[in-house]
Amino acid sequence: MIAPPKPDLVTVNIDGREIAVPKGTNVIEAARLVNVDVPHYCYHPKLTIVGNCRMCLIEMGMPAVDPATKAPIMDPATGKQKINWIPRPQIGCGTNVSPGLHVKTTSPMVKDAREGVMEFLLINHPLDCPICDQAGECKLQEQSTGYGRGYSRFVEQKNVKPKRTQLGPRVTLDDERCILCSRCIRFSKEIAKDDVLGFIDRGSYSTLTCFPGKQLTNNYSLNTVDICPVGALTSTDFRFKMRVWFLKQTNSLDTESSVGANTVVWSREGQIYRITPRRNDEVNDTWMADSGRELFKTLRAADRLTAVKVNGADSGLDLAANAAADLFKAYAGAIAVVGSARSTVEEQFLTKKLAVALNAPTQLVSRVGPGDTLLISADRNPNVRGALVTGLIAALPAQTLPALAASVDAGKTRVIVSVGEDLAAAGLTAAQLAKVAVVYLGTHANATSAVAKVVLPTLAVFEKNGTLVNQQFRLQKFAKAVPAPAGATDDLIVLAKLAAAAGASVPSDLGSLWKLLAAEVPGLGPITYANLPETGLLLDATPFAALPFVEGETLHYKPVAPAVAVATA
Amino acid sequence: MAVIPLERKPLTFAERTYLPQIASGLWTTFKRIFQPQVTLSYPEQRPAIPPGYRGVPTLVRDPNGREKCVSCQLCEFVCPPKAIRITPGEIPADQADRAHVEKAPQAFDIDMLRCIYCGLCQEVCPEEAIFLQNQYSLSGYTREEMVNHKDKLYELGGTIPDQHYKWDQKKTAAEHGNTH
Repeated sequence: MIAPPKPDLVTVNIDGREIAVPKGTNVIEAARLVNVDVPHYCYHPKLTIVGNCRMCLIEMGMPAVDPATKAPIMDPATGKQKINWIPRPQIGCGTNVSPGLHVKTTSPMVKDAREGVMEFLLINHPLDCPICDQAGECKLQEQSTGYGRGYSRFVEQKNVKPKRTQLGPRVTLDDERCILCSRCIRFSKEIAKDDVLGFIDRGSYSTLTCFPGKQLTNNYSLNTVDICPVGALTSTDFRFKMRVWFLKQTNSLDTESSVGANTVVWSREGQIYRITPRRNDEVNDTWMADSGRELFKTLRAADRLTAVKVNGADSGLDLAANAAADLFKAYAGAIAVVGSARSTVEEQFLTKKLAVALNAPTQLVSRVGPGDTLLISADRNPNVRGALVTGLIAALPAQTLPALAASVDAGKTRVIVSVGEDLAAAGLTAAQLAKVAVVYLGTHANATSAVAKVVLPTLAVFEKNGTLVNQQFRLQKFAKAVPAPAGATDDLIVLAKLAAAAGASVPSDLGSLWKLLAAEVPGLGPITYANLPETGLLLDATPFAALPFVEGETLHYKPVAPAVAVATA
Repeated sequence: MAVIPLERKPLTFAERTYLPQIASGLWTTFKRIFQPQVTLSYPEQRPAIPPGYRGVPTLVRDPNGREKCVSCQLCEFVCPPKAIRITPGEIPADQADRAHVEKAPQAFDIDMLRCIYCGLCQEVCPEEAIFLQNQYSLSGYTREEMVNHKDKLYELGGTIPDQHYKWDQKKTAAEHGNTH
């Protein structure tokens, strides 16, 4: 690995503690490095700095030098260089560090300033925390507790503004709660590149609104809800559903494309209520697409597979494995495996083990859609690269399976093991499907599960542990958020049982599997599921540099031109 | 420890007949007949419940008949035995009299088999909507009967005089406030 070049470090003094931070860091971030909290609303690490909330006021000073000689002026009392403190507070977000900068975040002036700002912000803010969805994760609530005055001197009537404005199909605005931090406006303009939000009117009449004739409809609109420090922007879907303090947070991944945005799944008692982005500066910063937040809605859908079926009749897992074993024996040599690029790395590894045991050719199905240059890539499969790394496939998959179809027509393939792939959608006709015995592993019913000889219900991504390899060849893990519905079994157990039916003995738990993966897959050396960092780990992509991946440019990802790479290599 | 042996005195003849003891016991009974009663003939007679008694938790309405609970779920959060279960819901915008409250419970269940009458729900309620009132006698034939649903809770709770009229004030402010 090449060590990153040493950034220019600047030594600053925050509340008496010296710290060296990179040049260009602002005071809020520098203070965060020494665990000093500088309260703020409008500042967001991934957005431009506007400095309009005034909450991050700090006291700052520079070491004194003699104007004429530039010699440091020493303070006889302490024996150190004298600090010239600026007599007025400065905003921390808009102040970049400079050598020798001294910052006070707890001085009486700062305390006064914060109390004053909090009082102004609370003047027109409704005190309806009991009904406000943001309660529990509200910056205004936290900071009025931490830095506020504790009582109100305001006896006049509060401003009245619209309470439920629909800014778009997914975002509802409660105008009274807005503290005019403009984070949402900057997000729309700078990140989503869909400039639809703005303030109208002046003073306390200021109101957030969409530009005339426009709506906040873009696929990233719910990020404005995430970054809203108060309860002004609310998700129409999550509004008034559940208080956030009841929800369990589980780290997960967005599986709708190969970007692999890091997410947090918020669930209570086996029910998922919402999905929000998780910060990963190498993948998705602090954003995610709206479409990825709705993936959990199919978990309890009516077409969810919850019963093991053999020949259409309810059965058990072991009976189904026996039925599969009979099929494998009867048609040995005429079996094909259709793996999935939506499976986890571990599942793909077991799929490969199964295919090797069956001596069956393996193919994957590709899904391609338009990429949006932000957090949805053209490759709508989350784990094509995992299949490459585990050796399940050697070349990139196609969207249909013409070779398999031809082989079925020729009678050379009599059994197909499909791991969650709808063969009808992959180009096999009903007549072709009728010719073969299908062993189907999957979560939801489709044309393939309807005709399958053996149906084995498996788990959705929120119901299991696993890892995926995203477009950057970053191995990322996700954890089980909710229990699976009765009747569905972990994919790993099902695949291990099928492999056993085919005559191969493989483990089905993550611990043993990762030992095997580390031993058999090059590049996965010392990694285990447990020690994989939450932000993921970059794998060596050079063996696959020549492959023509379909992704275009997205956030933190630039495709390498494969043809050129081959020519120069 | 030291052991102190006690000598049991032999009973006298009068004691062995038991008659003096019976007579003195009957005398006590006879005396009590003419003294004021200290017990109640429960359940025909019911005790007067002192103010501040922690009986069955109930939901109350304000004097305008509006439900006070806004389903903030703080009682559900604080409840030590996890007896309270709330499903929050939104008040639709077309209900002119209470749409400004925005939120009300769709379902509010208190499992009285779990409730320990600690009163933390009443203490934590920011809307003064849940009160442990003077009901103390509660029985049922099934477990399901012992779960108080929202209707039952409001029926038990009734109306409690309200000093604040928080949401009425909010509505007045909305109608006459600093609109533009």
